[in-house]
Amino acid sequence: MTLALEVRNLRKTFGGGRTLTGRPRPEIHAVRDVSLSARKGETLGIVGESGCGKSTLARMLVGLLKQTKGEIVIEGKNLSDQVGDPAAFGRLIQYVFQDPISSLNPRKTIREILEAPLIHLLGMDESARKARITELFDAVNLRDEFLTRYPHEFSGGQAQRIGIARALAASPRILVLDEPVSALDVSVQAQVLNLLADLRKAMDLTYLFISHDLAVVEAVSDSVAVLYFGRVVEVGRAESIFSAPRHPYTSLLARSAPIVGRDLARTESLAVELPDPLRPPSGCAFAARCPSATMVCRDKAPAIEAFSQDHEAACHHPL
Amino acid sequence: MTALKLIARNHLAAFGGIVLLLVVAMALLVPFLPIADPDLTDPANRLKRPFTDGAVLGTDHLGRDLLARLLWGTQLSLVVGAAAAVIAAVIGSAIGIVAGYFGGRTDSLIMRGIDMLMAFPYILLALAIVAVLGPGLINALYAVAVVNIPFFARNIRGVTVALAHREFVDAARLSGMNDRQIIVSEILPNVMPVIVIAMSTTVGWMILETAGLSFLGLGSQPPQADLGSMLGEGRKLLITAPHASIVPGVMIFVIVMSVNLLGDGIRDALDPRLRSGALSRPAAATRVDRTNNPPETRKVDALLKVEDLHTEFRLGSRTYRAVGGVDFEVRAGECLGIVGESGSGKSVTALSLLGLVASPPGVVTGGAVRVDGTDTLSMNGEALRRLRGGRVAYVFQDPLATLHPLYRVGDQMVEAIRCHRSMSKQAAWDHAVALLEQVRIPNAAFRAKAYPHELSGGMRQRVGIALALVNDPALVILDEPTTALDVTVQAQVLALLSDLRRERNLAMVFITHDFGVVSQLCDRVAVMYAGRIVETGPTDDVLKTPSHPYTKRLIACVLELGGGRRVLSAIPGLPPPVDDLPAGCAFAPRCDKANDQCRRGDIVLGGNGMRAVRCLQPEGLPI
Repeated sequence: MTLALEVRNLRKTFGGGRTLTGRPRPEIHAVRDVSLSARKGETLGIVGESGCGKSTLARMLVGLLKQTKGEIVIEGKNLSDQVGDPAAFGRLIQYVFQDPISSLNPRKTIREILEAPLIHLLGMDESARKARITELFDAVNLRDEFLTRYPHEFSGGQAQRIGIARALAASPRILVLDEPVSALDVSVQAQVLNLLADLRKAMDLTYLFISHDLAVVEAVSDSVAVLYFGRVVEVGRAESIFSAPRHPYTSLLARSAPIVGRDLARTESLAVELPDPLRPPSGCAFAARCPSATMVCRDKAPAIEAFSQDHEAACHHPL
Repeated sequence: MTALKLIARNHLAAFGGIVLLLVVAMALLVPFLPIADPDLTDPANRLKRPFTDGAVLGTDHLGRDLLARLLWGTQLSLVVGAAAAVIAAVIGSAIGIVAGYFGGRTDSLIMRGIDMLMAFPYILLALAIVAVLGPGLINALYAVAVVNIPFFARNIRGVTVALAHREFVDAARLSGMNDRQIIVSEILPNVMPVIVIAMSTTVGWMILETAGLSFLGLGSQPPQADLGSMLGEGRKLLITAPHASIVPGVMIFVIVMSVNLLGDGIRDALDPRLRSGALSRPAAATRVDRTNNPPETRKVDALLKVEDLHTEFRLGSRTYRAVGGVDFEVRAGECLGIVGESGSGKSVTALSLLGLVASPPGVVTGGAVRVDGTDTLSMNGEALRRLRGGRVAYVFQDPLATLHPLYRVGDQMVEAIRCHRSMSKQAAWDHAVALLEQVRIPNAAFRAKAYPHELSGGMRQRVGIALALVNDPALVILDEPTTALDVTVQAQVLALLSDLRRERNLAMVFITHDFGVVSQLCDRVAVMYAGRIVETGPTDDVLKTPSHPYTKRLIACVLELGGGRRVLSAIPGLPPPVDDLPAGCAFAPRCDKANDQCRRGDIVLGGNGMRAVRCLQPEGLPI
């Protein structure tokens, strides 16, 4: 199977350099040497908690943010030098935002919003645009009469479907979905998730599905990458990574998710503290919270290792 | 259109608008009016008093007709003032948008330049500009415009900075738009209302400044009349012929007053914060407007008993029935979960318990809330204040929003303690540190001195919990306390709450949308839909054998880890808007079991013992 997307040693550092008076400015390593790949037609889930760098990674992948180091290859094209120019990315990879309402300009009609990518990325004339918009609206199950309305008139679920239509307008091959359902109520979440699954099949799309919700990621993904503190700590197949995790952090995540009927999990000591991004620990970032951490974990960051064909983890003492 | 209506409703603004309209109409009609030539001198008839033959407003020191000069002068002053406002708005807004949009170095360079411009007193700056360019009305116009550019630049920059980081700007960039296109089609339409507001509030000021420069002889040159120069000429004769300065003076007053009144009206109508009632300060407790008057105290064996609570929001002609008749009770040491989706009324229910719903627009229209038997809705301010944070405490979703950003967390706890009991500062501080230890904050003595932003989300929520516990409450109401937290941190906070509950025999009302959380913490659960409880019972029973179709289908929507890849179930449709609830069951339009009977009349919350359900055809039971 061919790869839709490949990322090699991607790194993003914010801050750094020196101030006018020569004092060094603090650096934050939001993404540290991330390597990932997604096969064509698959969904790659990316899981992590706030501050793990998942949104920074997503913004680099669609060209909204320039990487500090590393390469991005999309559909065989190396776009590493064009990062920071979303127009170069726009026809290959698009983004669906977390907050459906705030990702739509409140002063534009839905038609104007959907026309923008058709004009600027594809240079379509008016009749072609009209046909394409009808087609898109049909694909996301919305009625044509919505086109003349403004974003505030829609519910969260409808607005998210408009956001998906906008992302699909320029016929990209890959969609980056950044927490696409976490702002929606449970009863509406499934409507959007099922639509996404249908669209993927119909249009042969590749998804990068970013979420903090393990159950959602497991339900929609083929493979899953777990991020902690800017690094990939584990990659595996969706069906096995949470049931047989190799990295202690993945295991902690899986045990922490509240599940109906399961007793409250005493997952870790109540007094643990999360690592400080301004003063990152020298070894494994998870060592301070890890039950099996030893000296070597605190000194040396573990490299990612393959355990089987589809399962890799970065841990000195894998489970 | 709504903006126009809002201005019309504001009487002062409407008055200003009418006066201004009259003045402008007069100025426009000047060329067609049968009036004398304003520049025609007639020394024989100099300084005639007003209301004499041939000169309604009298004449000036050269015998020129004051009425003609006033009308022409008004026209000129209005044009110059408006032109200066437009020039200042265009240039200032352009600078502000560029600085705010690009940020970084561009922003610092531009804004430092603007700061330098602002460092000069405006009149000195205007004088300096006129001195360089030479006197003349056009130069005075430039000077006034330049002096006002910083005001627009700074205002618009602030708005643009907030907009430039909104997601729709990223979306436009992904649609292939370049910076210029984004500024024109995404940013500009969104800052336009602010530009209009800024213009409407400054145009009067600019007319005044232009008049000021003309008054000093630096604006319009003789014989051309504008209001400022007329005032300047009349000043020398203030004692002998006061009318020569009073006439233009009154006109300046009328124009500036009407412009400012209208400008304030426009601002109030366009500013979304003012429109939504930010200026109306909410009362200390929710307004209570009950038709039935329940007894103030009644003996009940529950710690908290809510009886048929109704809370509405009244906005204009619309009434939103956020809570439409809720009954529940919580006994000492018991934890009740209230589950519902957004808009189901669960948070408004929680806030209504101690009169914390903002009024206006919130009104409690019925029912009673009994804490130890006493109705909190009948309590006076002092009694309610003692109860809040005393016997009953709250924990909210976002501790960053509820903790004061400028005070150390320890000091905030000390304040909460000393509001309720007399204790020395030191003793209160020690008590606060002990509580921070109890909520498992590492290094509590040190952390008490931290400001909220210095703590992580999980630590902040623990401070929020500690803050609720300062006065040993019997009941804590938690409104989505773990929703903003990461899963691993959520697990820690839930474990902490469970421990505290057991250690202190706390009763809890736990509001959430997450069935997983409810099942781990709560003894009983109440499911809300469209402002009413549709099902209640012991947590395990309700979750295992839900009896209301809504509960059943909502639980089916919840994804659980370990289920593998699958097609997910959804509930089609949306909850009904609470200002337009259907008759009968609110869930009927989305329910596949609904029949005609469901859509008729009120359905009671019926049941036996612990379980109750508001449904005519409950699941798993014969009809």
